[in-house]
Amino acid sequence: MAKNTDGMDSGVKSKKEKRMDIVIFIVLTIGAVAMVFPLVYMVCASFMTKGQILSGHFSLIPNPLKTGTYKEVLFDSNFLKGVRNTMLVEIPVLIVGGFTSSLAAFSFSKLKFRGKNGIFLGLLATMMIPFAVIMIPQYVMFTRWGLTDSLLPLILPGLFGNVGMIFFLRQNLSSIPYEFVEAAKIDGCGYFRMYYAIFFPLMKGAVMTQIILWFMGIWNDYLAPTIFVANDEWHTLQVVIRQFNSQYAVNSNYPLIMTASVMALIPTLLLFFFFQRYIIESMAISGVKG
Amino acid sequence: MSKKGYNPPKKKMSKAAFREHCYGLAFVAPPFIGFLVFMAFPIVFAFVASLTTWNGMNNMMDHFCGLENYIKLFTDEKFWKVLGHTIIYMIGIPIGMFLGIFIAMGMNRKIKGIKVLRTMYYVPVISSLVAVAILWAFVFNYDNGLINVIIKALTGKQGPNWLGNEAWVKVSMIIFMTWKGLGTSIILYLSGLQSIPRDYYEAARIDGASGWKLFKNITWPLVSPVTFYLLITGMIGGFQVFVEVLVMLPTGGKNYSAATVVFYLYDKFAANKYGYASAMAFLLAIIIFIITAINFKGQDKWVKTID
Repeated sequence: MAKNTDGMDSGVKSKKEKRMDIVIFIVLTIGAVAMVFPLVYMVCASFMTKGQILSGHFSLIPNPLKTGTYKEVLFDSNFLKGVRNTMLVEIPVLIVGGFTSSLAAFSFSKLKFRGKNGIFLGLLATMMIPFAVIMIPQYVMFTRWGLTDSLLPLILPGLFGNVGMIFFLRQNLSSIPYEFVEAAKIDGCGYFRMYYAIFFPLMKGAVMTQIILWFMGIWNDYLAPTIFVANDEWHTLQVVIRQFNSQYAVNSNYPLIMTASVMALIPTLLLFFFFQRYIIESMAISGVKG
Repeated sequence: MSKKGYNPPKKKMSKAAFREHCYGLAFVAPPFIGFLVFMAFPIVFAFVASLTTWNGMNNMMDHFCGLENYIKLFTDEKFWKVLGHTIIYMIGIPIGMFLGIFIAMGMNRKIKGIKVLRTMYYVPVISSLVAVAILWAFVFNYDNGLINVIIKALTGKQGPNWLGNEAWVKVSMIIFMTWKGLGTSIILYLSGLQSIPRDYYEAARIDGASGWKLFKNITWPLVSPVTFYLLITGMIGGFQVFVEVLVMLPTGGKNYSAATVVFYLYDKFAANKYGYASAMAFLLAIIIFIITAINFKGQDKWVKTID
């Protein structure tokens, strides 16, 4: 294996290297198939009948092919409520939170004000605080404010912005020369206009990537919704999926559980396939430079 | 916190500079207020609560008990048990790194179709934790789960009780978590590998180095920032493992054999033992802080940068 560490395939490859490529490709393919195999099986199982899964024989091909489970889940009122509630959290948080985060990133990167570094470090430090610490106090707060009967515990904190996004956008803006600010000042441009007319368009791509990642984060979040939202009416999709699981596992209705899980995965998977390049890039940047 | 913004300015700001100062502060006000309300205040609150036996009713300060909760924690066998499980699960971190660097090295070649493979490795990372935990609970099922069904088809024997056996359940959790996180290690190592200048290898080749030596002396040291990042984030996340267990083993497994610190903490929280749960949360934060600090201190010894 160690021989392949170089990755310098400039120009013509030798015969030996080509053979190496093939071996590596095969090994990596086997690994990749193993990685997605459980997910593929999940999709297959969602089309099977309960009897086939419980037969104890290994099979991938649904026989008979049953599509009715999808209909059953899709028209389940709890499932639909879950999707609705998740979207009701997503929309305000992403719009308002995206705005506040990008505005703050602009300010941290391009404006001069006292206390800037202190505030920024304070925000960054919060990324290290375990959720377990703030979970109980937040729960007490939301209960006292009478919000646990609504989606507000999930929406409110997001409106104030997202530290990860601020950090990433600030990094992104640092490559834009300060002369832009000076030129705008000379032209008598106000600070807010500087943000929305000059800098926001310049970081639009980065903002979009961060919004997509944030969307996925909210979509996949389970812990906060399950702790802070007491009313069944406002359960988000992940909480509903989990309830399906406990409810239907009793009578081993695995096809239904798998179907619901598949459907909960589809939106994030689609987003990932469409925006793969940006998502992977921004992940890599936060790891290498963070 | 810092009162910097309101201290009398040491040297007087010009009118324009003062205007910029005000706008700058105003623009960062929302996240800062969010930080105060949803982070700073809760942290203080959690610390005070950890010094009480509060159950959520009445006045918290009437239940003040000093450090009693912390002392109780040190003699709480269950706490040590779940802490042990939490640490055992972290075996997945080096396993993920090992697989990650080797797969990334394989991918760092110009081979057609490699991008498709990269995507396949990454899919578990972006998948919903609840959905894949449900899936894996089924994969590990003793009677009809995917793994045991395959084992039976291949060998004719019944496979292990993945989630029901106190020892196997740890193996199962480590497999699951490694599977979920592997894509991240690969992507990060890959971008680390791509930033290593080629002439380093060429120079070493001329000096007669090859194979393992190239890896040991060039590749591994130069991806050490990635290793460091994975170690830090892996451990911070590792101490907080919870949803995985909650979904796969809602009761914490046979004899609590799968429970983690946060799982135990959540149990106490659900039982309205806010004081005790807060103490546990605080202890957890302190452990995380100390381990992160040790890692940062130790990094000079082994983390290299390219320039």
